[in-house]
Amino acid sequence: MSTRITIDPITRLEGHGRIEIFLNEEGNVANTYFQIPELRGFERFCVGRPVEEMPLLTNRICGVCPEAHHMAAAKAADAVYHVEPPRTGKLLRELLYSGFYFTDHTTHFYALAGPDFVMGPTAPVAERNILGVIHKVGLEIGGKVIQARKYGHHIVEIIGGRKVHPCTSIPGGLTKGITEEQRVEIEQMGHWAIEFAQFSLQLFSDIVLGNKEYLDLILGDIYTHQTYSIGLVDENNKVNFYDGKVSVVAPDGERIGKYAPNEYTDWIAERVEPWTYLKFPYLKKVGWKGFVDGKDSGVYFATPLSRLNASDGMTTPLAQEQYEKFYATLGGKPVHQRLAIHWARLIELLYAAERIVELATDPEITSPNFHTVPTATPTEGVGIVEAPRGTLTHHYKTDERGILTEVNLIVGTTNNYAPISMSINKAARSLIHNGSVVTEGMLNMVEMAFRAYDPCFGCATHSLPGQMPLEVTIRDANGETVEVLRQHC
Amino acid sequence: MSTNGKPKFAMYWAASCGGCEIAVLNIGEKILDVDANFDVAFWPVAMDAKYKDVEAMPDKSILLTLFNGGIRNKENEEIAHLLRHKSQILVAFGSCASEGCIPGLANLSSTQDIYKTVYHTVSTENPANFEPQYEYEMPEGILYTPEFYPVLKTLDQVVPVDYYMPGCPPESHQIAAVVELVIKVLHGEATLPPAGATIGAGVSTVCDDCPRQRNVKTIKEFVRIQEVNSIDPELCLLEQGIPCNGPATRNGCGALCPTASAQCIGCYGPAEGVLDYGSRLVTAFASVIDSNDPDEINRILDGIPDPVGQFYRFNLAGSLMRAGKPAWQGNGSH
Repeated sequence: MSTRITIDPITRLEGHGRIEIFLNEEGNVANTYFQIPELRGFERFCVGRPVEEMPLLTNRICGVCPEAHHMAAAKAADAVYHVEPPRTGKLLRELLYSGFYFTDHTTHFYALAGPDFVMGPTAPVAERNILGVIHKVGLEIGGKVIQARKYGHHIVEIIGGRKVHPCTSIPGGLTKGITEEQRVEIEQMGHWAIEFAQFSLQLFSDIVLGNKEYLDLILGDIYTHQTYSIGLVDENNKVNFYDGKVSVVAPDGERIGKYAPNEYTDWIAERVEPWTYLKFPYLKKVGWKGFVDGKDSGVYFATPLSRLNASDGMTTPLAQEQYEKFYATLGGKPVHQRLAIHWARLIELLYAAERIVELATDPEITSPNFHTVPTATPTEGVGIVEAPRGTLTHHYKTDERGILTEVNLIVGTTNNYAPISMSINKAARSLIHNGSVVTEGMLNMVEMAFRAYDPCFGCATHSLPGQMPLEVTIRDANGETVEVLRQHC
Repeated sequence: MSTNGKPKFAMYWAASCGGCEIAVLNIGEKILDVDANFDVAFWPVAMDAKYKDVEAMPDKSILLTLFNGGIRNKENEEIAHLLRHKSQILVAFGSCASEGCIPGLANLSSTQDIYKTVYHTVSTENPANFEPQYEYEMPEGILYTPEFYPVLKTLDQVVPVDYYMPGCPPESHQIAAVVELVIKVLHGEATLPPAGATIGAGVSTVCDDCPRQRNVKTIKEFVRIQEVNSIDPELCLLEQGIPCNGPATRNGCGALCPTASAQCIGCYGPAEGVLDYGSRLVTAFASVIDSNDPDEINRILDGIPDPVGQFYRFNLAGSLMRAGKPAWQGNGSH
């Protein structure tokens, strides 16, 4: 009897992400498919629009990470006009972006990933949420988490004009600068942010690293994939979220190269499958070999962990200490255990906080020289930033008036579509044998495989209680429901 | 009414970006008021009831549903019908549900155009010419995806809507005010606005909230914002030649963008009583043009490089223009 299992996560950002698991005659996994059933068509309808509107239009791709699109679009528009923003313009954009990272990573760790570790992966469902975390670690910490989110959003608002969908980046820089009073306020929030990030890393160390069971889970095979790692690095190969080249590191740790934004089509290609609306990016130089691990497979991942793997370290002192501890603890570079993404995310949280203070204390940050008027004829340009969920690429071509004639976007989470599909497949294979489904562990294990990537198509990532509701329907060959498994439903 | 005696609340996202949900979460401690006064029956971002649970509810058993996102595919429409049946008050929440928002600009392109672009971009390798299929047979069985509609529809083009809450996203202080009002209504301390009203916004234009000075000055040219050497921080942007949409746009955001020296792009939709946003904006722009010479007027208007995007950026799907025949055949109440 061949059986089909459908997993329907209902909490999501765009459309209805669906996992189909097909079993063979023996009741073992024949194949799995992870489908993304929604499309809005930005690459088409942005054509004909003025390029300076892209930082505003593409914000609306994602209301969770509009800052990432705002920045990638602004950088692509700079490139289209062959204009470099003045130093202050770049500093301000990066400061806004660091505030955004601080908020976003905080939300993910505490609301989403935290419950699995703080409460434990097998804790009762009713406790595995942010309220459970707060009960366990103290109400005061709940207050701190809310404060952290507020501060990050406030930095975004001061520089970007709005909390959601910032509006101030334009080709050549920004529409406005900041005052000394605002600078002082941001610097103070930055100092608080550093303390909060250190506190978060200590919490992780105490609760997760101090617990052998969790450590074994992180290091276990079920969540391990040997794929390429990519991430944006500066000229010294240190992690940078806003600017630099994309470093590509093989599963064995060898850096096979770095590409500038305008070289991305030499490195990245996207594969189309007729059963899903989303494309599968892969390394063009290595080639698509299917959903498989290894150095010969072009599958890569783009997450906090891959960014650490692809870099030689962090530019800020406290984050660098943590970077060293991370690899010392996990047995050297690169790390392939996907649950370590959570730890890597906290190291980035600390980096973002330190960067807020560095940028806010730069003597030029309050300079009125935040914009350069573009004078060259606009043509074509690529902008790349690191979105929290992966390398974000915007590529525009325009006519001589700066009206878009072609748009290509490779969005953060899309980078991880193939590796997420592989993680789901591996979790299913390890939990389903000879027709027997490990009902207890199945849903949460799949969910944890998912969650490490912080996928934006399942904006489960930003759900309040931090749970991804899943339902597995097991059907027989005639399509009749044999059993329904539910979690958080 | 639910078992705990509290009225039920629901919030749903169709084709949206998630910004509306973030805006609701940003109301902070007011969320606790929602929790204290409502039984949250269905809200995918925050809790875990499922479609099936909603289907099982009696009709009209949800008091208030905030619906965000446009109707881009068949699944979106099915949920819209389901929630309409189950809800006493259905609010088109945010720009996408109210008027189509940025994704509504897709109504200028056919599905074929969209597929041709998206699945054949410069970085896409697609030698087999694959495009998404609603049903696709793999060796192990058939895979299904929901049907992509020829145009994006607003919520009221598929079901009747009781109230509209504009904004991309609605500002958190406006959401908090609406929550407060509904709670007062529950306690008999206030009454609901008339059906069909726009809630959580002002009744005037962004210009009325804008701190910039207006001198009723006219202009000889429109300029692109990146071409301006130094944006005057005090003076009306439109008077500086920057095509600011403030004069046609409903107030309620607090004029955030113009305050940050960026032009209003119109995310709060048409001002009260305006039937067609673009027509009102054309009128407003025409009134600042300093010329009586048709050729010169044409030259000045050429400074607006993308008229459809300028005048219908957020409301193409919901405007009188509505690109695309299927939108005209919508069975909504508006």
